[in-house]
Amino acid sequence: MTWPLYEVFVRGKRGLNHVHVGSLHAPDDESALHNARDLYTRRNEGVSIWVVRSAHITASSPDEQDAFFAPSGDKVYRHPTFYAIPDDVPHI
Amino acid sequence: MSTFDEVIAADQRIEPRDEMPEAYRKTMVRQIAQHAHSEIIGMQPEGYWITRAPSLRRKAILLAKVQDEAGHGLYLYAAAETLGMDRADLTERLIDGRQKYSSIFNYPTLSYADVGVIGWLVDGAAICNQVPLCRSSYGPYARAMIRVCKEESFHQRQGYELLMTMMGGTAAQRAMVQDAVDRWWWPSLMMFGPPDADSPNTARSMAWRIKRHTNDELRQKFVDMTVPQAERLGVTLPDPELRWNAERGHHDFGTPDWDELKRVIGGDGPCNAERIANRRRAHEEGAWVREAAAAHARKKEATP
Amino acid sequence: MDLYDDDFTGDGHWAFGTGFRDPLDGVPMTPASPELAERCLALGDDALVMSHRIQEWCTRAPELEDEVALANIALDLLGQARLLLARTGRDEDALAFHREAAGFRNVRLAEVRNGDFAHLVVRLLVFSTWRLAVLERLRGDPDPVLAAIADKGVKEVAYHRDYAARWTIMLGDGTEHSRERMERALADLWPLVGELFTRDPDLRAGFDAVIGEVLARATLKVPAGTAPPGPRGDDLAELLAEMQGVARSLPEATW
Repeated sequence: MTWPLYEVFVRGKRGLNHVHVGSLHAPDDESALHNARDLYTRRNEGVSIWVVRSAHITASSPDEQDAFFAPSGDKVYRHPTFYAIPDDVPHI
Repeated sequence: MSTFDEVIAADQRIEPRDEMPEAYRKTMVRQIAQHAHSEIIGMQPEGYWITRAPSLRRKAILLAKVQDEAGHGLYLYAAAETLGMDRADLTERLIDGRQKYSSIFNYPTLSYADVGVIGWLVDGAAICNQVPLCRSSYGPYARAMIRVCKEESFHQRQGYELLMTMMGGTAAQRAMVQDAVDRWWWPSLMMFGPPDADSPNTARSMAWRIKRHTNDELRQKFVDMTVPQAERLGVTLPDPELRWNAERGHHDFGTPDWDELKRVIGGDGPCNAERIANRRRAHEEGAWVREAAAAHARKKEATP
Repeated sequence: MDLYDDDFTGDGHWAFGTGFRDPLDGVPMTPASPELAERCLALGDDALVMSHRIQEWCTRAPELEDEVALANIALDLLGQARLLLARTGRDEDALAFHREAAGFRNVRLAEVRNGDFAHLVVRLLVFSTWRLAVLERLRGDPDPVLAAIADKGVKEVAYHRDYAARWTIMLGDGTEHSRERMERALADLWPLVGELFTRDPDLRAGFDAVIGEVLARATLKVPAGTAPPGPRGDDLAELLAEMQGVARSLPEATW
């Protein structure tokens, strides 16, 4: 039992277009939106998300018809600079 | 319209609906699925320590890290799906043993120092492998890898920071770190795969620009990067042959036990059965949940 | 190649730790009175113990999307626990790792052993519906620190409740099998609801209204009667043995 595939589009901040950021599975539209928030935006406020079933996308040419995919998304404590590492440790 | 060979020769990306040789498609499916499986199975050795983390800060960091791995698996399964695969089908292949995952996750995690060493060495080796994959010829895979690499730089740093803190702690903590390094060093070197001479697919993968460097090149790079980090940390890498070779401009190092790698890949590692059994249980115990959600969605569509 | 050379994701907006504000930024920190410390301890213990039970689901979720969602919820609650334990004026790790079970102030709903996914969903629905009501009230608390912690928590817990409510509806109104599991989970956990309202009995009516609406949409019934809970088992002691084992085995260590 695989849930349908959804494509996720996010407006990262005001003034920008929604951009395709990736895809996910969900049983319905509402869950897809919820999952998209969890995975791709970590629930940052002020972010706008669209989800659409991959099967509902019409593409200009058959070549582009598949799920166009560019993953994104970030999470908590996830910045390398969060961790104090002395400057003399190379390549880390 | 460009042919597959022209796109590859121009160092452009292949996108999902492009024509591609069947062998290329199969290779990509195998590699991406194996990578996705590795992320998901790789949650287990560290996930065990989330509920046992010795401080609340470490607990939050580890939970965030293991969650990232679920996210990375998800990105990668989605990349495999652009090649016409289905995630549930790939999961079946994993738990049936028809598809592999990185053999590194078949080793046990015996102490909290292992969390640090996995971050430093295992994620460090993974980053060496993955950074070149950000320019892999298959577009969806390359884009997934950009995100994964970006997130994994925090994974390695948190590991190294934990080890530095432990090395500055008690003698018992320092001994735990050294013990974990002793156990994980050789398996980490094996993460780059067999030596080039025994890696028959490397040449083709490089011609297709799926891979950018050979296994031995990446392994050398990892050793060269890691040696000064180990010195700074104050641990000994368990290889008596490890030394700087000024002539080559690289470190010389000993030969991993390739027979062990074959045994572990073949299913005979310390934790193979446990890892697959856990994944199978989660998948099977979740079946009624997935089915119920789908049934509910069908009802809603029937009566809007 | 610079991995960070990506305008869309490179502005820090996506990464926790860069685009996020410290919830206590600019909030004056005064010593907590014993009464305030006790309240923060109880709220912190609830979050810590509940987070632990959700952490136990890690690698066991029914689908990867839920793996990510559950980890988010566990992380949110752990974050709340850390702020609240700190507000007691004592060290968060001393409180988490070096206290006996008898000293924990959490509700039993948070500590009971995990069951199946239906059990998790019902527990999360009840817990977050109740906690949301509690935190909403605490936004107006005279202590500005607790008010700020509650303000952050309200947004998080509202989201947890939404997650649990969606799953309650999907499982209650899914298959016959999922419905039976939900009924069993409700029956198991409902006796623990009464304890939640010991401190704030006036929050019960609002709680009942929300739960009633969600269960109705899930075609489930609110369990009848108020059966008293059974005797308190060793669930919490067992949980703490796992949580505290490493920290206690190396008491002089630094992490």
